[in-house]
Amino acid sequence: MEKSKIDNSDKDDNPVVEVRGLVTRFGMNTVHDNLDIKMRRGEILGVVGGSGTGKSVLLKAILGIIKPAAGKIDIWGQDQAELSSNELICERRRLGVLFQDGALFSSLSVAGNVQVPLREHFNMSQQLMDEISAIKISMAGLPPDAAPKIPASLSGGMRKRAGLARALALDPQILFLDEPTAGLDPIGAAAFDQLILKLRDTLDLSVFLVTHDLDTLYTICDRVAVLAEGKVIATKPVHELEKLDHSWVKEYFRGPRSRLAKEG
Amino acid sequence: MSQEENALVVKEDPALLEIDFHGDMLIGRAAEIEAQLKKFQGKKHRSAMAIVDLSKVTSADTVGAWLIYKTVKDIKKYVAKVHVRGASPDVESLLLQIEENDQPFVPPPPRLNAVLTQLEDVGLATVRIVTEMGKFLGFMGLVTTRLAGAFKDPKRIRIVPLVYQMEHVGLKALSIIGLMSFLIGAVIVNQGAIQLRQFGAEVFVVDMLAITQLRELGVLLTAIMVAGRSGSAFTAQIGSMRANEEIEAIETIGMHPIDVLVIPRLLALVLVLPILVFYADIMGLLGGALTAWITLDISPGAFVQRFQEAVVVSTFMVGLIKAPFFAAVIALSGCFEGMSVSGSAESVGRHTTRSVVQSIFLVIVLDAFFAMFFTALDW
Repeated sequence: MEKSKIDNSDKDDNPVVEVRGLVTRFGMNTVHDNLDIKMRRGEILGVVGGSGTGKSVLLKAILGIIKPAAGKIDIWGQDQAELSSNELICERRRLGVLFQDGALFSSLSVAGNVQVPLREHFNMSQQLMDEISAIKISMAGLPPDAAPKIPASLSGGMRKRAGLARALALDPQILFLDEPTAGLDPIGAAAFDQLILKLRDTLDLSVFLVTHDLDTLYTICDRVAVLAEGKVIATKPVHELEKLDHSWVKEYFRGPRSRLAKEG
Repeated sequence: MSQEENALVVKEDPALLEIDFHGDMLIGRAAEIEAQLKKFQGKKHRSAMAIVDLSKVTSADTVGAWLIYKTVKDIKKYVAKVHVRGASPDVESLLLQIEENDQPFVPPPPRLNAVLTQLEDVGLATVRIVTEMGKFLGFMGLVTTRLAGAFKDPKRIRIVPLVYQMEHVGLKALSIIGLMSFLIGAVIVNQGAIQLRQFGAEVFVVDMLAITQLRELGVLLTAIMVAGRSGSAFTAQIGSMRANEEIEAIETIGMHPIDVLVIPRLLALVLVLPILVFYADIMGLLGGALTAWITLDISPGAFVQRFQEAVVVSTFMVGLIKAPFFAAVIALSGCFEGMSVSGSAESVGRHTTRSVVQSIFLVIVLDAFFAMFFTALDW
């Protein structure tokens, strides 16, 4: 049902996230140099690049955690730099973020973690928050008995799912995922990929996905943006990207691991 | 309240229960919708049939959909026939999502009552303290044997880390310890003079300053400052290495973690703390002498003369002898807590706190023993 909405190629006119001329620096080290990227509504946009090309930094810049040296970041056509800090907090409620290792609050249970944004921003009864957290935990693919557990007693895959449940707490419209399948075994990673796909379809999400995982690119990403030399050198569906004439892209997509992913 | 503002309109008669949901069923309105549902939830419905109308729902998110779903589920307990109608495709798919993910909330296990929890805490703490003490003694033994072995085989003492630690523990602490001692010396003279003035014995502040600074305060405050500054650093450094599996890596490479991490820190502190104490004594006396000169008109010459009458070498030695022992206690608790870190970053923080508390406590206990010891010796 949602698929039909996504295919329109003229969606570029109305992107959910648009970054133009982004420059980020740490001291003397320039990470992004005049970077442009656009994300369409309802798509799963994969972001790849070698280590140190600033994938996570790009994610943090879009989220407003890092201040860029130059450039414009629009979310739903709204320039993020123009927002006051209060408006920015309001905007962030519509974004869900899953950090690399879940970034769960270690002193709270899984249910407690999911309830933090609910408790902070809304005035609902404890019972309703409990019920909502149970639903979100289930949506993230965790069993009910994960709710009272503390993060330290969860496996890596479960921590990510719990982090995803917290990211979904406020019904975000854009989901940012930082290497969601890193550190998971292939079965867990494949299941996580399918979970993201399902959530995108059922909750009408747009997904910004930083990854190294070739399987993820081939199975769920609508388009893939390649970061190199501080810029996005191409944003294309993965099969078109393979043909690109660029040394890193060639190595990445034509290496031995890539062949396996394609066959799979 | 007008009809538009109500999220919920209920018409109930024996034949038909009719519930209309109105407007945005969104998380921002959740509290309001919930309050309206509350009034209606407690009742036992006796109608033969129920209709839930969603045609006036303009938008919904998962929270709103859950509230609708829960209402329907609630009514189904009492009413055999329940029709849900008028849902837009978006709301319909959300409701399906909710139904699929409807799972019970598992609450955390209930707590014991307050008295029992207190008792449990006391018991757990007792066990922990006893086992910790055992482990600490074991650690001291291990370090002692490694150290004794190192004197036989001097190559095991690593000079570069030793010098590095001495720089960090000693040289870089000079400014803060100097300033602290200088001010303490000034305060002793200032406060002492106020008391001694009542007897017209102001000049005895020199005795007071010299004896308190040299015997007790110089070494005690320096040790406490070093415990806070370097003991905590030892725990944090070794602890984050433990959390990062670096200690295991050191072992697999065929080095002994005690040799690599603990002995340089221990030796550095034992060598450096007496020097720091000597320096703190001088700064304290300087601070005191300056205050005496300015506020009491005791000239530096008079100060030195009085000082020579008040102090014998043993006064100074009593303070200095304690320094290496305090240093060993600080370094050992710092390193021990660092080695005890397990896994998480949170554990590093907990052990760092514990290391500082433990080393300051041990320093003060040790100081009390020394005081009794020196009194018995009549020093």
